[in-house]
Amino acid sequence: MTETLVPFEQVLESYDPAMGLEVHVELSTATKMFCGCPTEFGAEPNTQVCPTCLGLPGAMPVVNGKAVEAAIRIGLALNCEIAEWCRFARKNYFYPDMPKNFQTSQYDEPIAFEGYLDVEVDGETYRVEIERAHMEEDTGKATHVGGSTGRIHGATHSLIDYNRAGIPLIEIVTKPILGTGAKAPEVAKAYVATLRELVKGLGVSDVRMDQGSMRCDVNLSLAPKGSGALGTRTETKNVNSLRSVERAVRHEMSRHAGILSAGGSILQETRHFHENTGTTSSGRPKSDAEDYRYFPEPDLVPVAPSREWVEELRGTLPEPPSVRRTRLQAEWGFSDLEMRDTVGAGALELVEETIAAGAAPQAARKWWLSELARRANDTGVDIADLGVTPQQVAEVQALVDARTINDKLARQVFEGLYAGEGTPAEIVEKRGLAVVSDEGALSAAVDQAIEANPDIAEKIRGGKVQAAGALIGQIMKEMRGQADAGRVRELILEKLS
Amino acid sequence: MITRSAAELADALAAGETTSVELTRAHLDRIGAVDGTAEEGVHAFLHVDAEGALATAAESDARRAAGEPLHRLDGVPIAVKDVLTTQGMPTTCASRILEGWVPPYDATVVARIRAAGLPILGKTNMDEFAMGSSTEHSAYGPTRNPWSLDRIPGGSGGGSAAAVAAFEAPLAVGTDTGGSIRQPGAVTGTVGVKPTYGSVSRYGLVAMANSLDQAGPVTRTVLDAALLHELIGGHDPLDSTSVDAPATGFVAAAEQGATGDLAGLKVGVITELAGEGWQPGVMSRFQESVDLLAKLGAEVVEVSCPSFVHAMAAYYLVMPAEASSNLAKFDAMRYGLRVVPEGTPSAEEVMKATRDAGFGDEVKRRIIIGTYALSSGYYDAYYGQAQKVRTLISRDFAAAYDQVDVLVSPTSPSTAFPLGEKLDDPLAMYLQDLATIPANLAGVPGISVPAGLAADDGLPVGFQILAPALADDRLYRVGAALEGALTAQWGGPLLGLDKLDARIEGGK
Amino acid sequence: MPEISRDEVARLADLARIDLDDAELDHLAPQLDVILESVASIQGVAGDDVPPTSHPIPLTNVFRDDVVRPGLTPEQALAGAPEVEEQRFSVPRILGDEQ
Repeated sequence: MTETLVPFEQVLESYDPAMGLEVHVELSTATKMFCGCPTEFGAEPNTQVCPTCLGLPGAMPVVNGKAVEAAIRIGLALNCEIAEWCRFARKNYFYPDMPKNFQTSQYDEPIAFEGYLDVEVDGETYRVEIERAHMEEDTGKATHVGGSTGRIHGATHSLIDYNRAGIPLIEIVTKPILGTGAKAPEVAKAYVATLRELVKGLGVSDVRMDQGSMRCDVNLSLAPKGSGALGTRTETKNVNSLRSVERAVRHEMSRHAGILSAGGSILQETRHFHENTGTTSSGRPKSDAEDYRYFPEPDLVPVAPSREWVEELRGTLPEPPSVRRTRLQAEWGFSDLEMRDTVGAGALELVEETIAAGAAPQAARKWWLSELARRANDTGVDIADLGVTPQQVAEVQALVDARTINDKLARQVFEGLYAGEGTPAEIVEKRGLAVVSDEGALSAAVDQAIEANPDIAEKIRGGKVQAAGALIGQIMKEMRGQADAGRVRELILEKLS
Repeated sequence: MITRSAAELADALAAGETTSVELTRAHLDRIGAVDGTAEEGVHAFLHVDAEGALATAAESDARRAAGEPLHRLDGVPIAVKDVLTTQGMPTTCASRILEGWVPPYDATVVARIRAAGLPILGKTNMDEFAMGSSTEHSAYGPTRNPWSLDRIPGGSGGGSAAAVAAFEAPLAVGTDTGGSIRQPGAVTGTVGVKPTYGSVSRYGLVAMANSLDQAGPVTRTVLDAALLHELIGGHDPLDSTSVDAPATGFVAAAEQGATGDLAGLKVGVITELAGEGWQPGVMSRFQESVDLLAKLGAEVVEVSCPSFVHAMAAYYLVMPAEASSNLAKFDAMRYGLRVVPEGTPSAEEVMKATRDAGFGDEVKRRIIIGTYALSSGYYDAYYGQAQKVRTLISRDFAAAYDQVDVLVSPTSPSTAFPLGEKLDDPLAMYLQDLATIPANLAGVPGISVPAGLAADDGLPVGFQILAPALADDRLYRVGAALEGALTAQWGGPLLGLDKLDARIEGGK
Repeated sequence: MPEISRDEVARLADLARIDLDDAELDHLAPQLDVILESVASIQGVAGDDVPPTSHPIPLTNVFRDDVVRPGLTPEQALAGAPEVEEQRFSVPRILGDEQ
């Protein structure tokens, strides 16, 4: 079935978008939510399991206090109210990666609720309202065998590893995000980025979208412009990067508009986002609005955080993102625009870490927002997923500062980093990128150029210093860029004065 | 030897009159002689672990020889209801869906028993997943009442009660969700205790209804029950619903009660648990016991608990709801039965076929009722309402305990009925739990003590005593007092080898 | 007017992943109807002001420390599995025919 996509700009002429973002954060606690199994990434299958997380008959859950603490801190950082009394609930449904065929979660009594997060897009602030944040457990991991692509379609059977089952998750749900208009995709992306920054600052999760420690489901609906109503929404999963969040919103808006303007109606369903095409396809049909039969978990007792404990935890919160950004901007001496661009590119933390590794603020910003941002765009990944570390960027800049290489050569070093050729210093060595520092060789090259260009040399002798540029260009070309242009200029002027 | 109480056997071991190996062997021989098969005999056991039991017994003897017994009951054999996980020994919950499943871990109750050195004779029969009042819903064949092999031994813990009544074991552990320890106790002439909810760990107790289940002692005497209760009870960090209260004072209370002085005790007879539908023979034995308590110095009054008439409805909504969720894990993916329909079925098809083949009718009934009670649109009217009725029942208990120290009633409306009589009438079966259910809903403890034989059929009658939460010691005080007085009246214990069905070795 | 119809029983059995054939449905549905009729008496018993009891004992805040506790070996975990492949639980294809 071919779908008509209404061009994005046109969508806004007739429709108002409403978004809902559900983010799952995997906590970095040492043990699982309801048992003492370790949570380390990458262990051999089924080596981090026990009767409880395996759902063996007779096993029972016991709540990880550290996870509750993390949930409360996330709630406080999101300006939420913290429940005085709440319970866990069972969400009942069958799926082979679910050891008990119910998920122990929270239903109508989340631990945190009614909060907000302010996000900035192009200098404007949008307040995203948070409906709730609650605790739940992760499922096991299924590997599908027998299909062509390792995906679930066409698989003959699946292999389940329950190491991941029971790892603590905090689910954060926004209220419908309205009034964003054409900025909807960016607001969604900025929300997830800001939320990520906030949770990372709390130290409770690695929040790596590429590793699954932060997962985002995007809900979107369109309503006729100005109607104030809410349309039928679709949910899109498999959104594994900040870029994908933006693209998923953009695509769904176009797709919904295509259906609606043709007089059709939106099917309320779950869709799957495809990274390579930026489109969505119909996912597993939600088994006729599955009735989860929620009821309070009888094997666990209520969680009633004392107000003293909540205030104690409030005292452990780091500065909120907006305050942090203001402070950093002042420290770094960035203009408002420079700061906005840095944040907008998702490079704030990276720049911060690069500076911490020794680079000057402007240099750090320059590399991340030009070279690396371009590379990220070309390869279609988030800037944080490029595989280049702030440490490495600082090393490159240090090499430039030491005049071992210049800016142009630095770009080649980055190429080497993308290719995984080693550290910046190793790459300079291997590729022979070091700037020639031998005065004799430089002098000889300058002499050669002067001899070959008598007219230009005459002009320079006559005082037209700018003419040196042409000579510098030639010499740099001769030396394959491996010369310090500044020193070359000095030598030219010395010799022709 | 096998007719002695556990306390007497413990004394005999301590005095060097016998060894644990001898004791264990004697009980294994008894099991071999009377337990029979699914078709005939008592059939209290689903699994007998002779080797393991004898090995544990030998270790116990070695410890005792070295002067280092682990516990007063060290070396006294015990049977365990097949709903509690036992590492290395099959745990089937009397269901086909767990046929042959060997758990990789022990229930906390089992771990405590092992840590005290008691040899585990084996796992006892029960209604499948503890759903029933007659043990006829076991997928492996029923257990038969040692008093009369044509009759039910009660349920769901009929196996444990029958094992103890038939002298196959001096002690057993059972579980009680709606009366599954107390009612079998009543119809087999044995003692059964449901402790305060949360006072005995549920870790390893395959859950039927999490907010109602409790493990407890099944014995022939009140003192034995107190000893076992103290052993298995107490806080468990692996069970979040476990109360932080030590399991102590029960033995002392039993010994105190045995002196026969109940002066100062106020006893409340529950008005609602009597009347039409209650077997006359049961009621007369009950009344006599009440009168006996008065003779021992207790003050007896009538107490009304009006919401008890709704207890059945509340129970048969809460319990199936929780059970329907608890039993979802049996899906052929990780352990247990897997039935693969023809062709290349999907996981879901395998789940459905397995659960249809692996669960019996009663289990299916309760899963469906439970699913219904929890489904959207019905939750408030059914499950939600039932949870509110629980509050009303708890309030009735609280109000009653403001007036009296303990409440009493007959344990069960009837004596042991014939096998098969109520199988086609689920509701009639459910009515067996009329008197026992309220305690589970409120979480308060209860005991059933033998009160004699009904005049109309000569079968055992049980007397139920209920106490406030965490006042389990009162059960033992009053129970021991009544037991003492009745035994004196009878001229000896109610239960004896010669009282049992003639077809059982040593029986009448 | 039955409390529960045969179709409803079939739907619930599906939700509970139990494959009931016609004979079973014929047998169980009337029994369930009788049971549900009797428990329906629960409606209207407790007023709106009565709070529900989900836990019979008033415990709250039972937590454990975030400390690793020994679990099962993979052999123990997989011991009862109907089928094992590459140290994982092998389960039949998850998608049904219509998916």
